[in-house]
Amino acid sequence: MPTDLTVAKKSALRQMTDDWSADQRVFRGVTWGKAMMWVFILGDAFIFACFLLGYLAVRHTTTEAWPNTAEVFTIHVGGKPIPFLLIIVMTLILDSSSGTMALAINAAHRRERKKCAALLFATVLLGLTFVGLQAMEWRNLIAEGLRPAHNEWGAAQFGSCFFLITGFHGLHVSFGLLFMANIARKVARGDFDDGRRGFFTGRRGRYEAVEIMGLYWHFVDLVWVFIFALFYLW
Amino acid sequence: MVEVRAGEEGFHPDDFEDEEVPHPRSWWTKYVFSQDAKVVALQYAGTAIFVGFIALVMSWLMRIQLAFPGALSFIDQDHYYQFITMHGMMMVVYVLTAVFLGGFGNYLIPLMIGARDMAFPFINMLSYWFYLLAVLILLSGFFLPGGPTGAGWTLYPPQALLQGTPGSQYGIVVMFASLCVFIAGFTMGGLNYVVTVLQLRAPGMTMMRLPMTIWGLFIATIMALLAFPGLFVASLMMLCDRLLGTSFFMPAIVQNGEQLAHVGGSPILYQHLFWFFGHPEVYIVAVPAFGIVADLLSTHARKNLFGYRMMVWATIAIGVLSFVVWGHHMFISGMNPLFGFFFATSTLIIAIPTAIKVYNWIFTIWRGDIHLNVPMLYSLSFIVTFVVGGLSGLFLGNVAVDVPLNSTYFVVAHFHMVMGIAPLLVIFGAIYHWFPLISGRMMNEKLALAHFWITFLGTYAMFFTMHYLGVLGVPRRYYELGQTAFIPPSVTSLNIFITVLALIVGAAQLVLVYNFIRSWRHGEVAARNPWRATTLEWQTPDMPPPHDNWGPQAPKVYRWAYDYSVPGAPRDYIPQNQPEARA
Repeated sequence: MPTDLTVAKKSALRQMTDDWSADQRVFRGVTWGKAMMWVFILGDAFIFACFLLGYLAVRHTTTEAWPNTAEVFTIHVGGKPIPFLLIIVMTLILDSSSGTMALAINAAHRRERKKCAALLFATVLLGLTFVGLQAMEWRNLIAEGLRPAHNEWGAAQFGSCFFLITGFHGLHVSFGLLFMANIARKVARGDFDDGRRGFFTGRRGRYEAVEIMGLYWHFVDLVWVFIFALFYLW
Repeated sequence: MVEVRAGEEGFHPDDFEDEEVPHPRSWWTKYVFSQDAKVVALQYAGTAIFVGFIALVMSWLMRIQLAFPGALSFIDQDHYYQFITMHGMMMVVYVLTAVFLGGFGNYLIPLMIGARDMAFPFINMLSYWFYLLAVLILLSGFFLPGGPTGAGWTLYPPQALLQGTPGSQYGIVVMFASLCVFIAGFTMGGLNYVVTVLQLRAPGMTMMRLPMTIWGLFIATIMALLAFPGLFVASLMMLCDRLLGTSFFMPAIVQNGEQLAHVGGSPILYQHLFWFFGHPEVYIVAVPAFGIVADLLSTHARKNLFGYRMMVWATIAIGVLSFVVWGHHMFISGMNPLFGFFFATSTLIIAIPTAIKVYNWIFTIWRGDIHLNVPMLYSLSFIVTFVVGGLSGLFLGNVAVDVPLNSTYFVVAHFHMVMGIAPLLVIFGAIYHWFPLISGRMMNEKLALAHFWITFLGTYAMFFTMHYLGVLGVPRRYYELGQTAFIPPSVTSLNIFITVLALIVGAAQLVLVYNFIRSWRHGEVAARNPWRATTLEWQTPDMPPPHDNWGPQAPKVYRWAYDYSVPGAPRDYIPQNQPEARA
């Protein structure tokens, strides 16, 4: 990558106008795939924003009281109730997976095949744990009588929002895991070292895929923080 | 551990983007599962036009019912509402959006910016197949018990989900399912269009040298990627309300003396989400039309586009503003009146960039060498139609004027003029303009002129008349007016007038189809660059362009797209890829 010292001296605003008035590429150092993922994330952020705003709106309009989340999301450990225990563990696990993902990207930058593959598999494992715990949470709450259309604790919309929003997020995590497992397999097999062509696209495999995957993964984790703060804690 | 020097880590596009275009190996991958944007474009446009004809026939049936109530005995109230709903939803989403972005976007973006294909041809192909799946799901509604939904194209809850609304059992479910699939498919295509414009331009092609067509498609795609999430979320929540019995949008309701299970939902929330999509959607359809019409006017008036930079910034301003005006569809919804003030103001502000564009189109042809050929005629008719539709928008954008006019034919007239007919006229003009590029042949001009005059005069007379009906207070979405004191007898005769025109104009579209098919095989062979246009798509080595667009040598761009009638130049146009004007 050519380092252009003059670039660093320009002000950020000047840099931006220069980029946008350039030919061929607006984002000089950005590959097509990465640009696509950023645009996708922007659109996906709007989807989650609409979900959360919709949740806030029905929480406002519903005629019944909103359930006390600290009671609903309480786990009993040895007979002692600990509010939010499961959800805090889930959050920690998902955020840790962002950490292993970042390390995997670093390894991909250095073209360290084995380390990168191991870290990706670790991320997949953490992600699977998150989805597994979420399935457990769903099962527990369903056993306690939470349904999309009604529950015993208060407003019916609580269950509706819970299943729709965490379900949609869980779907994002699950699809991400499928793609990530495939990328991890490709890294481990050395596809990105010998430029093996993709089955569908016919394009040469490259380590950049790890970084693009990472963008998506960090985004999904970030969304979870908002869900955690706005839906669980509030 | 491998030693990594500073500046060497990470990825740089230069290492990667030497991808060749995937070459088709069989008939199937060349014509059916093709990854070539040009083939995807034709698939998109062909499917959309097919859907358009279904929607056209439904508008015929509605018009026959309105002019001659009961003349066709199979059109009962339920069918009438189903026709209204499907006509609206099909035309707005599955026809206009798909033709502009999926059709013209796919064909023109790579060619006009000097790229060999879209950035991600495989995802681009998937986009079309998702779109086709969405269309099939939508059409399946016609064959389900109860038929398609008849809730009106806005699909407002609670009525869309209640018994008594046609199609509330299955039709409404396939409607929302189809929209979700459409949005997923569109996102795949949309990501391609945005990334391709941003990152795949030819050497020398700066953003400020892009033809307005590309600017229009580019801004519209960004808007679509940010607006469709509103509809997507609303669709999922509606599906939950319908299938799982949740109450996102359903308040407590007593129907036939029976308390329904729903409680505490917010129907207004649906309207907000829907119109957060719905208003940008108007501009998603209009902005590509703005861009295309600017290029057609400039090319066929042999004059540079007036105020190119201003046009670009006006397009961007319209794109941004269109996200803060959605509430003007909800003035009578029970929304806080203070919001009405805000949305009326932002709506009137959006008239400024729009007016800038209209003035610039007119200054473009001012004292130009106007060739009154078919694309030019369509462009001129677009301006006339669009100005009428735009001005009636100023009426409806004001709360005090909107309240009495709302839910009358004035609204129907307004939105058909501004986002139905106006973009459609541009589509027709663009088809006649780019047909030689796509097929290598010219279309028959006599048939094209007949098609133009019938379509333009017919639609104009139809929808202009509806303004008058609206001011009289004739309500929209009524199956039958019956004996109503405030409606004068002239309304009946005007309804017959409109219906007869609608039948003629609709039938005239077959002239276009005939002309298209006939010219494709037997048309006069087109000269290279028959319109003597400057833009890159006409500078390809072959016409129609080969699979990778440019053959061995990709183009370099030296100038903007509007070097027409440059003083001292040997010809009256200088292509964008010509280094200097040879004296």
